[in-house]
Amino acid sequence: MRRVVVTGIGTVSALGNSTAEFWSRIAAGKSGIGPITRCDVSELRFKNAAEVKDFDPKEHFDDKTLTWIDLFCQYGMVAAREAVADSGIEFTPDLRENTGVITGSCLGGKVAEDEGFRLLYQGHRSHQPPTMIPKAMSNAVASQVSMEFGLTGATFTTSTACSSANHAIGQAFWLVRQGTLDAAVTGGSETPLTWGSLKAWEAMRVVSPTTCRPFSKDRNGMILGDGAAMFVIEELQSALARGARIYAEIAGFGMSADAHHLTMPRADGAAKAIRLALDDGHLPVESVGYINAHGTGTAANDSMETAAIRTVFGAHADRLAVSSTKSMHGHTLGAAGAIEMAATVLGIHHGLLPPTANFNERDPDCDLDVIPNEARAVEVEAALSNSFAFGGLNAAIALRRWNGSNK
Amino acid sequence: MNATVEETVRRIFADFKKVPIEEITPDTTFEELGFDSLDGLNLVFELEEEFDLMVPDDKVAEMKSVRQVVEGIEQLLAAKESENKEAATAE
Repeated sequence: MRRVVVTGIGTVSALGNSTAEFWSRIAAGKSGIGPITRCDVSELRFKNAAEVKDFDPKEHFDDKTLTWIDLFCQYGMVAAREAVADSGIEFTPDLRENTGVITGSCLGGKVAEDEGFRLLYQGHRSHQPPTMIPKAMSNAVASQVSMEFGLTGATFTTSTACSSANHAIGQAFWLVRQGTLDAAVTGGSETPLTWGSLKAWEAMRVVSPTTCRPFSKDRNGMILGDGAAMFVIEELQSALARGARIYAEIAGFGMSADAHHLTMPRADGAAKAIRLALDDGHLPVESVGYINAHGTGTAANDSMETAAIRTVFGAHADRLAVSSTKSMHGHTLGAAGAIEMAATVLGIHHGLLPPTANFNERDPDCDLDVIPNEARAVEVEAALSNSFAFGGLNAAIALRRWNGSNK
Repeated sequence: MNATVEETVRRIFADFKKVPIEEITPDTTFEELGFDSLDGLNLVFELEEEFDLMVPDDKVAEMKSVRQVVEGIEQLLAAKESENKEAATAE
């Protein structure tokens, strides 16, 4: 069977606007959560988010392009450019034919849409600008990246709330493995930090008034974040033939639906996705040394996820490490799986497991080794990155360390 | 209980469940009405809109019956009124 490897990584997040900054902050356990600056929060019950900072669109795009792309698309484009440059891949005419762009986004271009609708509904203008539809469409990143690099293979966007990026990366992985594509640019991008979205999240009563403390007994909710992560993934033999640096192998992918409830997650649905990812990659449970958890920091998710991990791994659950990097880069919804896969892949590559920041106190309902507050130097053979969405849609990616041959 | 607040809360519950208002009494519980967590979120939203209030998360957790909702809303309305008075005095 064809095998698929990660050869390029690009990130934009609250931890910095490059992958070097992202990894140095993850490795140091430094959280990017702070006061919301994008809008006036006096009428909002929560005040903090993990915002992308010091991102100047004009540094990256000309005026004409900026007229047509919203902030989430700008993040996705900048991350994709970094991933492509990082991979060193050369898009020849043949390779362009067989490379696709598969991205995840839950919300699409909400910044433009929110403001446009406000002006229209409040009667400040009677027309919508022609830029609105292309700015708001969730596939904007996939389309723009395909145009920028001339990639004409299978290209589309998945939108499954907080699992969007994992579903996208999973599809890209399968398409490369089955031979439909030879390479893909894949990941996710999002910004939920608009007034309309923030007020909608407020009504869900799942956002912390303080900070995100996954698995900690005193956790009190999630923290929203924005950003993007994109990858170049390639078929193994072609990556080896061009002498590419290989960060890790994508070994398996699994997905499931809880078929239960819009917002209350179920452990059996999550466990099914994890088990399917391991089966898909022919990975024994004992090979997994690290799980980058969905770990939102809500009461419901973290205890459910603990139960799901115990169901799948049995006694091995006490021998593996689990962390939630959402404690540092926040919950970026449709970008979450991608940003978390970046943390996981870099963790495997560098032999350093990302910590759970802001951790205070062990919770008997989350009795796993959650790598509290400090990264840990451990070389793991395999790792998982989990995403579980509102609506009960689960997606897990299994990754394997690349040791130069991976028999 | 303030009759106006109680009547309004009962009406909101009755509209939500599509039942006559007589079926909703102060002792009616969320459990009896078969409310799940999403119904609860929606009801609190309706209450916030109706009374022009912001109901904090810890208050929501205390509301399990019509009576508890009415008492909670009355407390929040009283707090809001005294805040407004303080603001007026400060000016």
